Amino acid sequence: MASSPATEEAFVRFTKVQKSYDGENLVVKDLNLDIAKGEFLTMLGPSGSGKTTCLMMLAGFEPATNGEIYLGDRSINHVPPHKRGIGMVFQNYALFPHMTVAENLAFPLQVRNVGKAETETKVQRALEMVELGEFGSRRPAQLSGGQQQRVAVARALVFEPDLVLMDEPLGALDKQLREQMQYEIKHIHENLGVTVVYVTHDQTEALTMSDRVAVFNDGVIQQLSSPESLYEDPQNSFVAQFIGENNKLNGEVTKITKDTCVVKTNDGTVLKADKVNVDAVGDRTTISLRPERVELDPPKKMDNMLNGKIEELIYLGDHIRVRMTVAGNSEFIAKVRNRGEKRDLVEGETAKIGWSTSDCKALDLAS
Amino acid sequence: MAALPPYASPAQRTWHYTFRIICGLIFFFLIFPIMVIVPLSFNSLPFFTFTPEMLRLDPAGYSLINYKDFFTNPDWNNALRNSVTIAPVATLLATSIGTLAAIGLSQSHVPFRSAIMAILISPMIVPLIISAAGMYFFYSRIGLQGTYLGVVLAHAALGTPFVIITVTATLVGFDRSLTRAAASMGANPVTTFFKVQLPLIVPGVISGALFAFITSFDEVVVVLFLGSAGQKTLPWQMFTGLREQISPTILAVATLMVAISIALLTTLEFLRRRSERLRGLTPA
Ligand SMILES: Nc1ncnc2c1ncn2[C@@H]1O[C@H](COP(=O)(O)OP(=O)(O)O)[C@@H](O)[C@H]1O
Ligand SMILES: [Mg+2]
Repeated sequence: MASSPATEEAFVRFTKVQKSYDGENLVVKDLNLDIAKGEFLTMLGPSGSGKTTCLMMLAGFEPATNGEIYLGDRSINHVPPHKRGIGMVFQNYALFPHMTVAENLAFPLQVRNVGKAETETKVQRALEMVELGEFGSRRPAQLSGGQQQRVAVARALVFEPDLVLMDEPLGALDKQLREQMQYEIKHIHENLGVTVVYVTHDQTEALTMSDRVAVFNDGVIQQLSSPESLYEDPQNSFVAQFIGENNKLNGEVTKITKDTCVVKTNDGTVLKADKVNVDAVGDRTTISLRPERVELDPPKKMDNMLNGKIEELIYLGDHIRVRMTVAGNSEFIAKVRNRGEKRDLVEGETAKIGWSTSDCKALDLAS
Repeated sequence: MAALPPYASPAQRTWHYTFRIICGLIFFFLIFPIMVIVPLSFNSLPFFTFTPEMLRLDPAGYSLINYKDFFTNPDWNNALRNSVTIAPVATLLATSIGTLAAIGLSQSHVPFRSAIMAILISPMIVPLIISAAGMYFFYSRIGLQGTYLGVVLAHAALGTPFVIITVTATLVGFDRSLTRAAASMGANPVTTFFKVQLPLIVPGVISGALFAFITSFDEVVVVLFLGSAGQKTLPWQMFTGLREQISPTILAVATLMVAISIALLTTLEFLRRRSERLRGLTPA
């Protein structure tokens, strides 16, 4: 999972890349990013955070205002898009409506002067890879959204590029189809060993598909790590909030040891937390805690033990969401696994809760 | 026109039929003066009116004499040849320039787009006689007045605005990610233009070319200013024919020109629909 590209030669490299469309505001601020060969890297972030801009700079459709972009060992800043040899899947698929599916797939081979017979074999193989072997003679308008999406993927791969870019390719599909396509794209990536740079604003998509995820906000990479450490070890409160569900408790650092710290929340509760993004005693901090790490009625002693008032119970089948007031925060959520035994959770009553220090992170103060 | 819905009130019904009558009248007003020329062109006597024989549908009242004159008289032959050599070349020029201009002007990074557009469109807006006079003085200076090339260039300038307007309208619906997709697959800009962009905007190009052709084919003012005897086109010959000898041959010529126009329109409309169908629905 956590492939560390530092040891390998980077295949794609952004160094100190900046981008401004209007000459004033930086949409991408000092981007440094190494992508290893064969890696599946996802750029994840809210809308307007500069993900598409980064992809467009890599594809060559937007010039970088400052900095260098390398592909392999050469700088591609001055290479036009059609000479970069990078496959691309667009959000709206961008299939040529006046060509059949097979003609669409043959297009990149024809411009490379590949022979007729070879073109046909490759087109057919690519169509079969996306399970559309019978659809070569159809026009894009005669296909469903999911099928068009597959054609777009096949077309981006048919000329065997080393690098494929995908900009929210599943954004227009419904949930079920989207999940299915996530696995298909993932499998294609594994089978072909092609390097993929994938853009999405959907965190589930990023977590399920990627080797590494770069979380973007405001033109800056907030964290670049494996999906697992993104969820387990968020480096700042933006990442903690953006990835998964998250309880926030604001307070002040009162004591710092090597890896942990003691935080006094606004209502006076004292908590122990992992020291992640705080520097000194007296810093304002936001503690981040995943709802599924909260134990109700902990059977043994835990690092943090306190009382919470149960405000609301939401039955969700596999688990029960318990909304409580904890340390002055009335939006505190605990997820209780549904084990079948009848639990005597009653709205309005007080319950004992606890969690361990390593599950809660002291981060910068959330806005 | 949609059928009347069952809940239409009497007032709506009255308006529905009145509207149809008005439409019919407008249609008649536009078409009748043209249609009446067609039977008249078969008049066996050199008149511009219906003879009693014609009204009685007596075959003796009809003949092809006017058409025979058109095809044998060297004056008309010359004019036909000139028209047929000037209009297609002017159309080709106007279509190429207009299409490229429309594509260039549709890109947001081009500076002074609206100013350039206004200048290119101006031949359509400025009164023809003023354009013609201006061209006359300019072309005389550079030695193009009275030449075939001069007339072709002038007609191309008149036709270009139509192409720009129709192609610009088609480009509004053009998805820019298609050209980007083509580039990402390795197609250079020229290949991308001919293989992806042009096939998709061809309906607009065809409509524009049609207008440019008709503009040149029907044009009389500019050619009177810029042409010499060697560039006498059909409309010019008709104009002199009317003024000087009042020959009924022009009725035959007019009929032929109407027929050519209709044939052109139909063919091109067919082509346009066909390529529009091929263009299919752009995916959402
Ligand atoms: N072509 C453009 N011209 C001007 N501003 C742009 C252009 N494309 C994007 N932007 C701006 O750049 C910022 C980042 O956009 P984008 O890279 O599309 O973000 P994302 O893909 O993460 O949603 C946004 O504020 C957007 O308004
Ligand atoms: Mg985007």
